[in-house]
Amino acid sequence: MKDTPLANCERDFLLKAIEEKKRLDGRQTYDYRKMKITFGTDYGCCFVELGKTRVMAQVSCELVAPKESRPNEGIMFFNIELSPMASPTFEQGRQSELSVKLNRQLERCLRNSKCIDTESLCVVSGEKVWQIRVDVHMLNHDGNLMDAASIAAITALCHFRRPDVGIQGDEVTVYSPEERDPIPLSIYHMPISVSFSFFQQGTYLLVDPCEREERVMDGLLMIAMNKHREICSIQSSGGIMLLKEQVMRCSKIASVKVSEITELISKALENDKKARKAGGRCGFAESMPQERITALKMDETPVEMTEVTDRANDIVQKAEAPSQTVPSPVVPVPGVGQVGQGLQNTWGLEEEDEEEENDNSGEDEEVKETKMEVEQHDKEGSKQEDVVEISDSEEEEVVILHPETPDKAPKHTGPSFHQKGAAASKKKQKK
Amino acid sequence: SRDELVCGSSNVSLREFGCEQSLLSRPDGSASFVQGDTSVLAGVYGPAEVKVSKEIYDRATLEVLIQPKVGLPSVRERSQEQCVRETCEASLLLTLHPRSSLTLVLQVLHDDGSLLSCFLNAACMALMDAGLPMSCLFCGVTCAIDADGQIITDPTAAQEKESRALMTFAIDSKECRVMMSSTKGSFSVHELQQCIAVSQKASEKIFQFYRDSVKRRYSKTL
Repeated sequence: MKDTPLANCERDFLLKAIEEKKRLDGRQTYDYRKMKITFGTDYGCCFVELGKTRVMAQVSCELVAPKESRPNEGIMFFNIELSPMASPTFEQGRQSELSVKLNRQLERCLRNSKCIDTESLCVVSGEKVWQIRVDVHMLNHDGNLMDAASIAAITALCHFRRPDVGIQGDEVTVYSPEERDPIPLSIYHMPISVSFSFFQQGTYLLVDPCEREERVMDGLLMIAMNKHREICSIQSSGGIMLLKEQVMRCSKIASVKVSEITELISKALENDKKARKAGGRCGFAESMPQERITALKMDETPVEMTEVTDRANDIVQKAEAPSQTVPSPVVPVPGVGQVGQGLQNTWGLEEEDEEEENDNSGEDEEVKETKMEVEQHDKEGSKQEDVVEISDSEEEEVVILHPETPDKAPKHTGPSFHQKGAAASKKKQKK
Repeated sequence: SRDELVCGSSNVSLREFGCEQSLLSRPDGSASFVQGDTSVLAGVYGPAEVKVSKEIYDRATLEVLIQPKVGLPSVRERSQEQCVRETCEASLLLTLHPRSSLTLVLQVLHDDGSLLSCFLNAACMALMDAGLPMSCLFCGVTCAIDADGQIITDPTAAQEKESRALMTFAIDSKECRVMMSSTKGSFSVHELQQCIAVSQKASEKIFQFYRDSVKRRYSKTL
């Protein structure tokens, strides 16, 4: 679906407002929108709301073989999913320029900054390591997806617990959460991305652009930084020339924002830990707002079961009885199955005819010949032998033709083998 | 006989469920539906421009996309998409919007059993929120039959795992008829009819909830 284009007057209005140091939602230049971090019911699931932008991250793990070049290190895998729910322009299963850009930036922010101890993810050197997979789903796109995604990803990684493993000799045991408490990942630091948008060739700068602002911006600068004021990655896109002072100023702003966000994340993690320890229910279901008119909740309700039995009985009795005669599969010709009677199977009959003509020519094709002979025998034989019912267990073996068995294993007895034996002997006679 | 045993259960109930509508700003209609710990987020776009290859000359094209929590959509999601799409197609008045597209995106937030019925409920709430014309509402109910032959409605993931048969029905709001059924495992005709009857009973509760939430939305006081 195509995106709604931005009207020229709207664009002019936005730019003019920015010139006057005003923003559409009443924020100041360096303000972030309201941020909310919630967790899912299971470990490693995190929801981030940044204004109206919504992102969900889920971390999962799997035991895999390590890369040959790094046999002692676990593998980190990041996947940003631009779900069509977030914006009508996003298409499912297509790698757009934006998704490549976001994926790459998240990888640089979290993998290349070595914030996670990958060596602790090694189980058996060169054989088994943990692969940590981070899926980030965009749920609603209202600008600044990168910041929301990086916050969601790092928070989910901090929240995640992987199963404990025990090694005894060559045996590796993966313990379930009931047997042994799952282990958190060892995280050295938390890089967080902060986005700056530039307008009028870098004259104006805004932190945390919303979707409308992103549409009219000239350039974007993303700085990933941790709370120790270490820059993990810088990416400038949009093709604007930035001055040294501007980059310095942005990194200073970023350090302030990052320390605020880190504090929020640790608070959220602590709250969740407390809630889990208290044994209370936690997760998305509990974080649903109750005071909104658009939300409603209903307690557990019993379903009335009286009448149900009567009703079911009623319907079953009223229903027409299904026909009791189930047609059993019949075999009109050995090697051919058929359901229902009176159906003439014309399958491959022509081929057989051909073979009959070439009867004497191919003596080496024993398999085909045997089959053909049996068919001939059956045709000559009485009507009773013509139709063999599969449902009869004793005669079931008639259907499976082993051209070699009659000669090699004559000790078998029974009607079925007699028939085959007869066929084989007949073949010999003919030769 | 065993059939009589089936209905001896007294703990047939729906887990607590809740819904929030219009929680996303971008989609034309959105809803999150929670059943116990199972939760699904739904977003609807449309009626909007349709791709020429997908255009149908006398009605709207409905596309249902299900996003799993981990990894990419697989065959399981495709079959669930089909179940939801066919139910929505049956209730939506698609002929009112010819040559246009409707997109319904469902995101799994947490799976703790009865996922397909949660998809259906979230879809209906999102379609309602989008204000799309429908001939009737629909809801989804999942029933499980455990090893003893007891019927469990709205089972959790653990109950689903231990069940002998699992059935999900989409029920319409007008005559409580079955619009879609998806079953797994083996069961008798009698058990099937009982599960349908139970689902119809349970659907009344869900439709009452739909009605209450709409009433709440358009009320002046909370």
